[in-house]
Amino acid sequence: MRPASLLVLVVPLWAADSCLECHSALAGKLQAPTATFAQDVHAHRGFSCAHCHGGDPNAAEAELAMSRARGFVGRIDRLAVPRLCARCHSDATFMHKYQPRPRVDQFAQYQTSVHGQRLAAGDRAVANCVDCHGVHDIRAVKDPLTPIHPLRLPDTCGRCHADAQHMRKYKLPTNQLEQYRASVHWEALAKRQDASAPSCASCHGNHGATPPQVSSVAAVCGSCHTLMEELFNGSPHEPVFKSMGEAGCITCHGNHAVFKPTTAWLSAADGKCSRCHEPDSTGGRVAAGMASLITRLSGVLAGADEVLARASRSGMEVSEAILRQREAQQTLVKARVAVHSFRVAEVNQHVQEGLKLAEETRRAGEAALRERDVRRMGLALSLVAIFITITALALTLRRIEGRSPPSH
Amino acid sequence: MWPSGTALHRRVWGWFEDRLGLNSVRQFIAHKRVPVHSGTIWYYFGGITLFLFLLQVATGILLLLYYRPTAGEAYESVQFIVTRAHYGWLVRSIHSWSANLMIFTAFVHMFSVVFLRGFRRPREVTWLSGIGLLALALGFGFSGYLLPWNTVSYFATKVGTDLASDLPLVGPALARFLRGGDEVGGATLTRFFGFHVAVLPAATTLLLILHLALVQKWGISSPPWVEERDRGSGRRAADLAFFPNFFLREMIAWYAALGVLGCLAALFPWELGEKADPFAPAPPGIRPEWYFLAPFHTLKLIPSRLWILEGEQLGLIGFGVLALGWTLLPFWAADREGLERRRLVTGAGVLLAGYLITFSLLGYWR
Repeated sequence: MRPASLLVLVVPLWAADSCLECHSALAGKLQAPTATFAQDVHAHRGFSCAHCHGGDPNAAEAELAMSRARGFVGRIDRLAVPRLCARCHSDATFMHKYQPRPRVDQFAQYQTSVHGQRLAAGDRAVANCVDCHGVHDIRAVKDPLTPIHPLRLPDTCGRCHADAQHMRKYKLPTNQLEQYRASVHWEALAKRQDASAPSCASCHGNHGATPPQVSSVAAVCGSCHTLMEELFNGSPHEPVFKSMGEAGCITCHGNHAVFKPTTAWLSAADGKCSRCHEPDSTGGRVAAGMASLITRLSGVLAGADEVLARASRSGMEVSEAILRQREAQQTLVKARVAVHSFRVAEVNQHVQEGLKLAEETRRAGEAALRERDVRRMGLALSLVAIFITITALALTLRRIEGRSPPSH
Repeated sequence: MWPSGTALHRRVWGWFEDRLGLNSVRQFIAHKRVPVHSGTIWYYFGGITLFLFLLQVATGILLLLYYRPTAGEAYESVQFIVTRAHYGWLVRSIHSWSANLMIFTAFVHMFSVVFLRGFRRPREVTWLSGIGLLALALGFGFSGYLLPWNTVSYFATKVGTDLASDLPLVGPALARFLRGGDEVGGATLTRFFGFHVAVLPAATTLLLILHLALVQKWGISSPPWVEERDRGSGRRAADLAFFPNFFLREMIAWYAALGVLGCLAALFPWELGEKADPFAPAPPGIRPEWYFLAPFHTLKLIPSRLWILEGEQLGLIGFGVLALGWTLLPFWAADREGLERRRLVTGAGVLLAGYLITFSLLGYWR
């Protein structure tokens, strides 16, 4: 029989819990877990203190309840925590009772991580399960209040990795969280509340937390930015970076502080390209060519946007043109993506498509504005006609009433 | 005036007179008078409402030439009307703006009748038919709002039919009947189109004929204080010949209304919005047309549960009682001896108008 199943047999789920009864009457650290355990996902599923700490929750006396003879282990040693959790969480049959598709590889992954390897070597300061998931108030992964919820994860990792004192003995930098908070990824996660935006675990993994190496950075970024990775792998930069030992994407984009790219990165004197390419070198000319094309398309699109916005503000129906304009905006995105090929022709293909669409939408907007002017002229003429008619009616009325007074 | 003119004119008139007996009509119109007093201006609003209704019919028929009442084609057909069809934008804009102005002028007409006491005996049925016409106009507004099948109209109809389902006893069945199913969808659009172009116009035509016939039969009423003043002074009440004096003034009002409509249609063309997507989340700030804002905002303020009733249910019952009481106004506006309860009627009118204006504004700005 599996260990987890044995545990359930020894401590029935429906048993009365003397642990909670006694500890809730205590004070300080001994009482604290009883206050939070009610919110714990394990408590919701019927687990008690004894499932982890051992002992007999049915016994009324403390001596019996916490008797070593009845399996009481007391405080769990930090080194023993992952293995204790794994008793259930690595048991597929047991976990299946609670989740239709249980994940049971967390412990195996943890053992491959830097955290797991250091813990196995006896380092009590590295993170184990409870440092990220909590101890007596462990919540479901989808619970927005769990420390490992995507929106809260950076702060959870930062509790150790942004703590200079804690990181001193590992000689690791502690500015990652600060840098990440300046990145586009953080902006998407925190400001737009996009839980799918990348946070620490998206690149480093969660249970198997390992820093991506130079050779794997492109693959890590490429897991989301697939087109960029594909273009970069076919570009002249890929073999050069590889031979130089440069880590692909982060050479230009950085790692934790990933900023919104701009066209100036290509063309400005302090841009990314100018770090390696002189302006009059082949690479410098390619960068300037790509920048010029993108700038041109951006300008034409902005012009068309402005015309369509004016037409729309005037109440003209330009929704079809606005839809086409969205297609044109997409070509700008594609052109920016095509920069990762580092070939002018590739960028130009999308730019030309965008210019054609933008010209079409600008014309539609201008036609709408002309139509608006025609309408206003028509209105002015109609108002003149209405005014003349009203005047004629009023004069007729005055003539009739002048001849015979209307009122008795 | 009519039989004068050229010999040809007289012959043509004579030909019609022999066959249609137009002389009696002529006599009737020639003797028709309109009271003159400080509130005469309010008499024009009934006529303006009629003019806007006629515009609705004319522009509605033109829209019918292109409109297709299916969930897949409705939006595109309206888009075609406003972008491709010649003067389609003008027709659609006038249809939408005149609908709103018509409901506004109908409300003004109703309150002017209340404050000028135009509902008194023997005009009770005229009042009832007028209230019926206002209800039908609101029905036109509710059903027509969905027809362009855009996001705002879709979700506003969803909210509206959800409210109907909260009515006690008949609510769920009524909501299902209105929607043609459990949710607002293609079946709802087809139904609303049917109501908008067949059921409501037929009912309105009948009720309008009755309303106008009664106005002709009983004439335009004078307020009681004008009647009393004239009786006291022993003079004959001041009045005005309907034709041509009042008629020409009414024409001026109609032309002015047409000018206002033209300005609204040309300077603020009615928006089409984005096509409805039943699977998309409701956009924020969904609210009904302005004439439903007051009850809508009131329902939002009522607590979700009061005593044994749902808040919305209680609100709807309240509106029902209020509407019934208002409809029966001619029957409680005077006591058993026939003495008018002037203060009560004026107070009720001021309260209702104040409530509608205040809560509509609150609903608009919140």
